[in-house]
Amino acid sequence: MPVVTLPLGGRILSGATIGPGPGATMPGVSPATPTEPPLVAGGYRLSEEQVLLRDAVRTLATERIAPRAADIDRTGEFPWDVKELLASHDILALPFPAEYGGLGSDLLTVCLAIEEISRVCATSGLILAVQELGALPILLGGSVEQQARWFPGLASGKRLIAFALTEAEAGSDVGAARTRAVRDGDDYVIDGSKRFISHGSVADLVVVFAVTDPKARKSRRLSAFVVESSSPGFSVERIEHKMGMRGSPTAELAFAGLRVSATNRLGEEGDGFGLALRTLDRSRPGIAAQAVGIAQGALDVATRYARERTQFGSPIGDLQMVGAMLADMAAGTEAARQLLYKACTEIEAGAPDASRWAAMCKLVAGDTAMRVTTDAVQVLGGYGYIDEYPVERMMRDAKLTQLYEGTQQIQRLVIARSLVGRDH
Amino acid sequence: MVLVKPVPDPAAAAERLGPDGRLDRAASPAVVNANDEYALEAALKLVAEHGGDVTLLSMAAGSAPETMRKALAMGADRGVHVMDPALAGSDTLSTARVLAAALRDIQADLILAGADTSDGGGGVVAPGVAALLGVPYLSYASKIEPDPVAGTVRVRRISPTGYDLLEAPMPALIGCTQALGEPRYPSLKGIMAARSKEIATRTLADLGLADGSVGGSAATTRVVDSRKPPARAATRVVRGTPDEAAAEVVAFLAERRII
Repeated sequence: MPVVTLPLGGRILSGATIGPGPGATMPGVSPATPTEPPLVAGGYRLSEEQVLLRDAVRTLATERIAPRAADIDRTGEFPWDVKELLASHDILALPFPAEYGGLGSDLLTVCLAIEEISRVCATSGLILAVQELGALPILLGGSVEQQARWFPGLASGKRLIAFALTEAEAGSDVGAARTRAVRDGDDYVIDGSKRFISHGSVADLVVVFAVTDPKARKSRRLSAFVVESSSPGFSVERIEHKMGMRGSPTAELAFAGLRVSATNRLGEEGDGFGLALRTLDRSRPGIAAQAVGIAQGALDVATRYARERTQFGSPIGDLQMVGAMLADMAAGTEAARQLLYKACTEIEAGAPDASRWAAMCKLVAGDTAMRVTTDAVQVLGGYGYIDEYPVERMMRDAKLTQLYEGTQQIQRLVIARSLVGRDH
Repeated sequence: MVLVKPVPDPAAAAERLGPDGRLDRAASPAVVNANDEYALEAALKLVAEHGGDVTLLSMAAGSAPETMRKALAMGADRGVHVMDPALAGSDTLSTARVLAAALRDIQADLILAGADTSDGGGGVVAPGVAALLGVPYLSYASKIEPDPVAGTVRVRRISPTGYDLLEAPMPALIGCTQALGEPRYPSLKGIMAARSKEIATRTLADLGLADGSVGGSAATTRVVDSRKPPARAATRVVRGTPDEAAAEVVAFLAERRII
């Protein structure tokens, strides 16, 4: 089979079918939802297993999570019932190796699940995304013993984990962190605080990045520690009141003389900064998946509304100005999805420019989610602005995908540096 | 043992009749008949409590294993799929004969089946199988309580006034209702495991029925005509607590000066 090499390193296998072949069945595709994402991703098709898992998550999300979404947003309470649902159906097990009770799924499969859940409830989608985010430093930098110690509880969903990197004065500038970890015999003593920590108040374990060598260059100052939130000296200072993603608690954490065993350190001293960046290369697609899910959810609502809402004697979807909006929303969402799927595949394959792929998919998906949800509110008019319909919630939720795990400006910085060849 | 039937997915709303007046099964994606899922859920709970395993039995066309995998993903251990070109056009009597023949090879304490199916809706196959096998048939079950020591099973049968308590020796065949409890969603691990579970295929020759006694040629009934029911005006579904719903219905009727 001849292989065509493309300038960017992609390959087209000639004769490969793009899209379902003649007579192919498309599981999960119901005629009632014409905005259904297809099985095609970047010139390849999702595997049968990926389709089965995605469809199972979609069914669960539609039937069990969607009815909870408005209430989760209104009360602003962490949905423990949804966490249990995700745990009992092995959805939280997706990112973990099979030997520790996980499903050992690839990045794309994890992202398919995040997308499907976020389509109906972004807060719920974030439960899986944060579980993956917190586990990644252990997966990438933890020893076999450390993985065996923590992964079974995390894969089963019995325990939650959070990722604590950001500080009040160290956001995009990760290396400016001030939280200190000082060696004391077989332990370290951690003092300082972390801000904007997703699940910080509900997690059993928190991966804390702290300065172990203040004199070292920025990329070698930090080390990563797995901290039990039940440890003396660990406290939750406050839960932020947020515009969106309201069921997901964002906490400020304080550490006062928090003692942690050196066996809880991931990798060597000074490995923290690199570990954080490698973690973000794999976690940013999760946020992109959340953004794609939010956009798809808003598009679904807007499309249904445009079909049912009648003005001037016909459905508003028949009006060209509304129809054109829906068309742009659908095309944008699909483009973001395809970039995400492609990025997942490249990152999984060990592409050297993983950072760029991760930043690009998060940049495009976050901006798409913001635009599509804003337009969805516009399509619904006054009904879109009130909480009788979910699009105003989706619009508020979408905003956060442009901010966390690196602002869109940081994504552009990462992409630009990768293009012009300047490393950090 | 659970009898499962692939039926057109009601959610797809793509059901279509063929030129012979029968359901065109290729026109619609298939799912496990809803009542059979309740039967399977009951079976899985019984096995969790008393031990044992669950085998699925289906007489259906070649695409059935795809549908049976969904039931295996819920936790059934294996499947048996009876498939034969000669079975096309089978009526309910033929179906009952085939299932009964397949069940003769399988040792089961309990055979569970949905009370009826969402496509044919006859509700006569399961009692037919029981009659052919000579085992008790306990219908419209809302609760199933086997007593492995005594070798009996008790069933609460839904009646117009409440329920009847039935007891029969095992093996027995039980017609299951939705009162048995909501079927579980398959877990992702269940879905992965289902892909490697065994679905054995049986032909009519395997069952000793290749003598023309079953299938379209032996059908005792035939489809003379079939028509769609006339379209109804738009309906409105009233949801809410009983008090709220009642108030809404009253307001609706009052608005139209019906009351």
